[in-house]
Amino acid sequence: MEALVSFLVGAMSASAVYLLLRARTFPVVLGLSLLGYAVNVFLFASGGLTPDQAPLVGHGMDRLPDPLPQALVLTAIVIGFGMTAFLVVLALRALGDLGDDGVDSEEPP
Amino acid sequence: MSHLADHLAVLPILIPLAAGAILLLTGGRGSRSERGISLAAAAALLPVALLLLARTASGETLVYYLGDWPAPYGISLFVDRLSALMLMLGTVLGLGSLVYALAGDDRRGGFFHALFQFQLLGINGAFLTGDLFNLFVFFEILLIASYALQLHGGGKARVRAALHLVVLNLIGSSIFLIGIGALYAATGTLNLADLAVRVSQTGSDQAGLLRTGGLLLLAVFALKAALAPLGFWLPPAYGSAAAPVAALFAILTKVGVYAILRVHGLLFGPEAGPAASLAVPWLLPVGLGTIAVATLGLMASRDLQRLLSCLVVLSAGTLTLALGLDSRAATSAALYYLLNSTLVGGGLFLLAGLIAGERGAAAGRLDERRAVARPGLLGSLFFLGAVGVAGLPPLAGFAAKVYLLQSSLESPAAGWVFGFLLGSGLLVIVALSRAGTAIFWRTGDAPSDTAGTSPLPVLSASFLLLGTLALMIFARPATELTQAAATQLADRSAYIDAVLANRGVSTPASTGQVPNDW
Repeated sequence: MEALVSFLVGAMSASAVYLLLRARTFPVVLGLSLLGYAVNVFLFASGGLTPDQAPLVGHGMDRLPDPLPQALVLTAIVIGFGMTAFLVVLALRALGDLGDDGVDSEEPP
Repeated sequence: MSHLADHLAVLPILIPLAAGAILLLTGGRGSRSERGISLAAAAALLPVALLLLARTASGETLVYYLGDWPAPYGISLFVDRLSALMLMLGTVLGLGSLVYALAGDDRRGGFFHALFQFQLLGINGAFLTGDLFNLFVFFEILLIASYALQLHGGGKARVRAALHLVVLNLIGSSIFLIGIGALYAATGTLNLADLAVRVSQTGSDQAGLLRTGGLLLLAVFALKAALAPLGFWLPPAYGSAAAPVAALFAILTKVGVYAILRVHGLLFGPEAGPAASLAVPWLLPVGLGTIAVATLGLMASRDLQRLLSCLVVLSAGTLTLALGLDSRAATSAALYYLLNSTLVGGGLFLLAGLIAGERGAAAGRLDERRAVARPGLLGSLFFLGAVGVAGLPPLAGFAAKVYLLQSSLESPAAGWVFGFLLGSGLLVIVALSRAGTAIFWRTGDAPSDTAGTSPLPVLSASFLLLGTLALMIFARPATELTQAAATQLADRSAYIDAVLANRGVSTPASTGQVPNDW
């Protein structure tokens, strides 16, 4: 389980970094979303993985999962969602105002 | 918890939150009522900050448990001398910027006042919180307000700079979360006081995770503070923002420096076991590098506001350098320098807005000769600000620099500190006098008439610039306060006791139950 989750986080982060280094805004938005997923899974795992257990509280369970990372992930998702929406609108505005969708377009002379 | 005084510590968060929420409903066009609400909220922060400063000045610390949840389970707010001082600084700067904006800048785009209040909310929250994840949340509030404020007024340069600002800070937020996750995995807590206890108890098997988390947080704070090599986003962003926005932004890099001071000072102090003094070896070289980059940018700037943005980077570098010296005297000197550089920096941004407004199409460009309408008034203010920021006698910048150099004398890096601080100081004088020459001397065509312009911008710019004069006149009480703040900051156990022991709550660490099993 640990190996699977680590691989998942690693693969998503690597893909995210690749996308973030693209020159156009759309891949960068995708890269940021992917990085957000990687971070959320990582946060989720930071409380320890407890497979085959009740999600929050259960009777007769000897190990209970840590509820705090779940709350953190929820907050991180909400914030990440809002930020991504803002970035998409900003990218569209930049396309309209600057005339191209490059992340690092030339400054005017 | 029934008296208002008990809730004093949460007011700097609640006032802008309530004002911002109301201002979202009123249309966002900068009507008279909106201006009134916004100004009232910003002014109401002043007595709150003063009261907090007065209460903490004696050494008392205020701990506020949100929802009355005991630490470390709930979120606690913490006010000591440093927090109160930063709150005061943010309040003064916010008030000055807001008054400037009332002259018309607030109507150049929608929802200026609501965003301004949310920006204050994020800044105040970051100074108050005693919880690492809550710090992340306040950083995000501060950032999303700053993205929108950066775009206030529109224009190509702002959109381009905002794109970089947003993408970089979103990556920074992700790294912040990874750092938080690593620290949580290693310690099982997020309350700063509880973290400080657990970090020092952590065994060597968790040391790698702990150090990784700590250094990732340092990288994030360095990004916010615009330290080299993570600070190249700042000059285009601050250089293109509207003047009152740029003035308020002058404190954002200081929020990053504050976070380094608070989080790394508390969590990774000398007693932190395997992660002791984690940040210290990085701060001095990073500070030197930032000073070098900022000074080069200063010399290359062809626009007044861009030049001032490089000064903001320079002050962040100087502060980091001082933190890297890792002594009480250096921290105290850094705090005094911080007060002066933030106020003068904010005042100069406002002044740059005034100058750009009077030069018509030439705006703030230094390679075009065009007169301002009121050269005597603006020139004197510019001179005051330039002397204050460059560290020339007799203003507070000079005292701050002497204090800083003095505190570095016993450090093995004293040669580097002297060389970089004095060298950059000289180049700051060169750059500022060149800018002053281009704007105020040998100028071309006759200026336009200024009759009927609002007096508010000049008032607010002088208000902030006179801060440097006030800091010089009251240098003794000010430095006594920063010394006391630095001493209090070094006393980590007092912080921990204040937050954790108030309720007699035993932390799970003492009962041996760490809620994770990595």
